[in-house]
Amino acid sequence: MNTLRVKIWRGREQGALQEFEVPRRESQTVLDVVTHVQRALDPTLAYRFACRVGMCGSCAMSVNGRARWTCRTHVDQVIEGDTLEIAPLTNLPVIKDLVADMSEFFDKWARARGQFQPTATRKDEFARVRPDSSEREQVDAGIECIGCGVCYASCDVVTWNPDYLGPAALNRAWTLVNDVRDGARDERLGAVAGDAGCQACHTHMSCTERCPKKISPTAAIAGLKRATLGALLAGRI
Amino acid sequence: MRLAEREFGAPACGRSASTVMSARSQVRLWAAQRASAVVLALCVLVHLMTLIYAVRGGLSAAEILARTRGSVTWGAFYSIFVIAVAVHAPIGLRAILHEWLAMRGARLNAVVAIVALVLMVLGLRAVWAVVA
Amino acid sequence: MKSDWRARAHPAWWAFAVHRISGLLLTLFLPLHFLTLGVALNGEAALQSALVWTEQPLIKAGEVVLVLLLAAHMAGGIRLLMLEFLPWRNWQKSLLALAAGLTVVAGGAFLMNLV
Repeated sequence: MNTLRVKIWRGREQGALQEFEVPRRESQTVLDVVTHVQRALDPTLAYRFACRVGMCGSCAMSVNGRARWTCRTHVDQVIEGDTLEIAPLTNLPVIKDLVADMSEFFDKWARARGQFQPTATRKDEFARVRPDSSEREQVDAGIECIGCGVCYASCDVVTWNPDYLGPAALNRAWTLVNDVRDGARDERLGAVAGDAGCQACHTHMSCTERCPKKISPTAAIAGLKRATLGALLAGRI
Repeated sequence: MRLAEREFGAPACGRSASTVMSARSQVRLWAAQRASAVVLALCVLVHLMTLIYAVRGGLSAAEILARTRGSVTWGAFYSIFVIAVAVHAPIGLRAILHEWLAMRGARLNAVVAIVALVLMVLGLRAVWAVVA
Repeated sequence: MKSDWRARAHPAWWAFAVHRISGLLLTLFLPLHFLTLGVALNGEAALQSALVWTEQPLIKAGEVVLVLLLAAHMAGGIRLLMLEFLPWRNWQKSLLALAAGLTVVAGGAFLMNLV
């Protein structure tokens, strides 16, 4: 088996899968395959990547129906027979070919109050946060997110309820809710409460299942569900 | 205005204008469904054991009514059961109508309220029928 | 673009599907259940005649399905409450297996007493 049959999405929202034949190589990643197509077979193919080593979060695509980082996915891991199907991330508008428009994804991080709100100035002593404190451990569990959009593309609640902030934005909010230096806890809990926020999650756990960093946004969202209820009962949101 | 608000707009702006219900009410609905779920978990456990027992030798009206007629305990149990289900089921149905039939706003709330009312009335009527 | 079944093929998603479908079917069944019991307002004999049709094999099979739906929704619901309200830990698959086991036991017990 020296040749791969690769079906790649061409077009925008309307389009079709186009088939290419790509030579099979040892230790070949899906990103290598896409790059070969663009460089050797069809230079008009649009796709997005930057670091190629799983740090930047630019190259996520739908590979054989599942959202993945193409740079860290070996062809061996995902091939079915001799066929690969590569499409842009789901739940996002398509700009062209394999490039999805991430604007809405990142706008939702802002809507979930994903920005740190400082309470100290540079003149203050810097905060001491014990690494084994429960808040710091909650932050650690979710802080390594690089915003690749794999969880967002995998989430059916996003598909069915387009206002839903989604797993990545809510995971970000939960890391800030647990940041003892942050001063916008209640505003943030208000921003993530309700049908567009954490209460919409049905614990499908597709985000947790697919996250390349092994983060569990489901755990973060469960924490937000409890925290928003607590804030509501205390009259703080 | 704080820096964050100037850059990103007021908080809690994630909801579309067509949403009638406030985020607070949505959290309350979510909490009501979980609270009723705890009650229902206990009720259903008792119900399952009762019906596994009751079905032996076929269902008989005499057997059912001998157990329930005049019983304050069964009357109270089934009333709580019905009230919990009339809270729980419509909220679940609300998510289904919202997500799968794209129902929104006042229309969604009306359908959910009617389903809750129907379950409550028919359920309490049934309790009355077997207990009184 | 929309995702398809390939993105959903994992145990927690199936658990969601079972929970939602069982909840929906139980909600649809409830008015029927309440109306049947309500017949007792007209006396024991009336209720007995309303229960006669439960002896038909097809209805009996339906009853087993209902018990399975109820047990599955309860067990799956307890699983969800534990995931949402208890500290997070790596027990999702165990909870799922437990919920499935509980459902099968309840269905089996009902079936054995039914026939």
